[in-house]
Amino acid sequence: MTKGSKAQQARAAENGRSDLASEDAEQLKHYYYQMLLLRVFEERTSEMYTKAKIGGYCHLNLGEEATIVGLMAALTPDDYIFTNYREHGYVIARGVEPGAVMAELFGKETGVSKGRGGSMHLFDAEKHFMGGYAIVGGQLPLATGAAYALKYQGKPGVVVCQMGDATTNIGAWHESLNLAALWKLPAIFFIVNNGYGMGTTVEEGSAEPELWKKGSAFRMHGERVDGTNVLAVRDATRRLRQQAEQNGEPAIMDVISFRFRGHSVIDADRYRDAEEVKRERARQDPVLLFANQLTEAGIVDDAWLKETADRVKREVQEAIDFAEKSPDPKIEDLFDYMYATPVPNTPGREEAAAIAQQISGGRK
Amino acid sequence: MPVITYRQALNDTLGEELARDPNVLLMGEEIGKFQGSYRITEGLQSEFGKQRVVDTPIAEEGFVGLATGAAMLGLRPVVEIMTINFILVAIDQIVNHASKIHYMFGGQARVPLVIRTPSGGVGQLAATHSQSFENWFAYCPGLKVVAPATPYDAKGLMRSAIRDDDPVIFIESLALYDTKGEVPRDDDYTLPIGMAEVKREGADITVVSYSRMTVVAMQVAQNLEKEGISVEVIDLRSLRPLDRPTIINSVKKTNRAVVIEEDWRSYGIGAEIAATIQEEAFDYLDAPVQRVAGVEVPLPYAAKLSQASKPGAQDLINAIRRALQGGKRWQK
Repeated sequence: MTKGSKAQQARAAENGRSDLASEDAEQLKHYYYQMLLLRVFEERTSEMYTKAKIGGYCHLNLGEEATIVGLMAALTPDDYIFTNYREHGYVIARGVEPGAVMAELFGKETGVSKGRGGSMHLFDAEKHFMGGYAIVGGQLPLATGAAYALKYQGKPGVVVCQMGDATTNIGAWHESLNLAALWKLPAIFFIVNNGYGMGTTVEEGSAEPELWKKGSAFRMHGERVDGTNVLAVRDATRRLRQQAEQNGEPAIMDVISFRFRGHSVIDADRYRDAEEVKRERARQDPVLLFANQLTEAGIVDDAWLKETADRVKREVQEAIDFAEKSPDPKIEDLFDYMYATPVPNTPGREEAAAIAQQISGGRK
Repeated sequence: MPVITYRQALNDTLGEELARDPNVLLMGEEIGKFQGSYRITEGLQSEFGKQRVVDTPIAEEGFVGLATGAAMLGLRPVVEIMTINFILVAIDQIVNHASKIHYMFGGQARVPLVIRTPSGGVGQLAATHSQSFENWFAYCPGLKVVAPATPYDAKGLMRSAIRDDDPVIFIESLALYDTKGEVPRDDDYTLPIGMAEVKREGADITVVSYSRMTVVAMQVAQNLEKEGISVEVIDLRSLRPLDRPTIINSVKKTNRAVVIEEDWRSYGIGAEIAATIQEEAFDYLDAPVQRVAGVEVPLPYAAKLSQASKPGAQDLINAIRRALQGGKRWQK
């Protein structure tokens, strides 16, 4: 990239925090609202987990609020999103009701995946949210295939494949990027780089720690983005999605943020220095940074911030109430969704009813 | 009725399905310009173009996953894995993803994907190129696994597999590609996935088989008829779902059973069949269920050793005799 090029200027603008004048104030306030919604949703999710309302593994988006909201702000309804297992916020920011997400975490029939998936396997076909995938790297070939289908069918849109930093070390990364570049697919490989794959740092896991450079073997463009800045993420995504859609140029986004807590809710985070975590959380809190920025620019005041906080608190409580009151999936429905095309000699309602009978019989 | 090879039946069907539905596409290594390692896709790229018959790099995990993702958006990819040995590189995509997407997401996404691949050994392909892994996939809920034994079945099951909205593992056999059989022209028949076929009726013993072993079983049945032994041959055709009623009904009639399979004996398809028979037809059995399977070694290269390790007609005959003789202990 030559010095002073258009792209570089664009990125300089994207990374500046002060340039709010050209923005629509209502839009900015909405971003803040969404970011706070994700923050509070995840804090309450953590609480619900410790109350044993939520089972299994549970990974939070705390610290990634600007990354998620910025990404979703740049996407169109045509676009598709595939993510890893740390995805509650992506689904909500894409426009799915928080209640349906919380209900999934509670394992309820009203959940986004009808209680069959859980925290790591959220899905919403209507919003083109194509799933959280819990085997590291699994979503990469799938997302690449979705991009292939868009191109094959001549449809508009791009596919965003979100992943963590450590995913860039798995074989599926290399195969998928090669295929996407080779076949000029409309895909964005979106790395949420919080510096850690569980307890292993980026430097300990990747021979090339500057992850945006890891597409060079495939001649794929990559860039680093400040993931604590919602506008930087939005603008970079917009620019790269356009290149992907119009020119079939897939790209890597290496989006830096700070993971507020351990890898998952049950991770005590012993491998990180507690003082450092405390310091970085204060320094890199995207919600706080954006609130300050909006206040300084005179776009919001304390009263609005308080009002928004109350609204978010109420909405998350409503999501929890909805999840709480929702029905459990029935054992009689155990084999529903087994196959999309029914075939003989598969268990069905009768077999499920027998299992239900056995269980209720055992309780007598 | 025209007599064609198993290879031709597959080639014809793939071409017809490409012509029928623009969302059908073929993918795999060397299937286009090279025309297929075993010539199953011969001539199809020149007929349908590079967009419909896609040569991929050597990246099984990548292109199997890619095909799965494309299927989620409505394409109907038919992926060739050159031999089943290479499918292990892609097993994460098949077992952890393709098989679960419909169920795990509450029925919101479908995966109309076919993965076709030859299983089993032929010649002296040795340890890494002669394996049978269909039972690995038959183990996994959410997948459908079929294994046709004849050109007629290959055509009918391939049509069903391509038109099915779930991931189907389509097991072929290197040793069957040149076998011939009657296949009707201009007849858009399909065969149901999940159903076995009683390929030959008999009274004395049931032989349960699939793919190439069905051909072996049919030959053995014919030969034993001359000795007055009446063998009923079941061709499973589908390994998941497994047509248990057909097996059980047959065993209730004959009171004896042998399972023949090309895979390794322990934890194989035969183990599942034998367990099913003892669960559902124990009181009807006049002899223990016999298993004929591969010897459990990494298949050696040397012709003599290789031959000694693979199951064949003589092993089946011996097993049938054991089952018939064993029964005498219970006979009054």
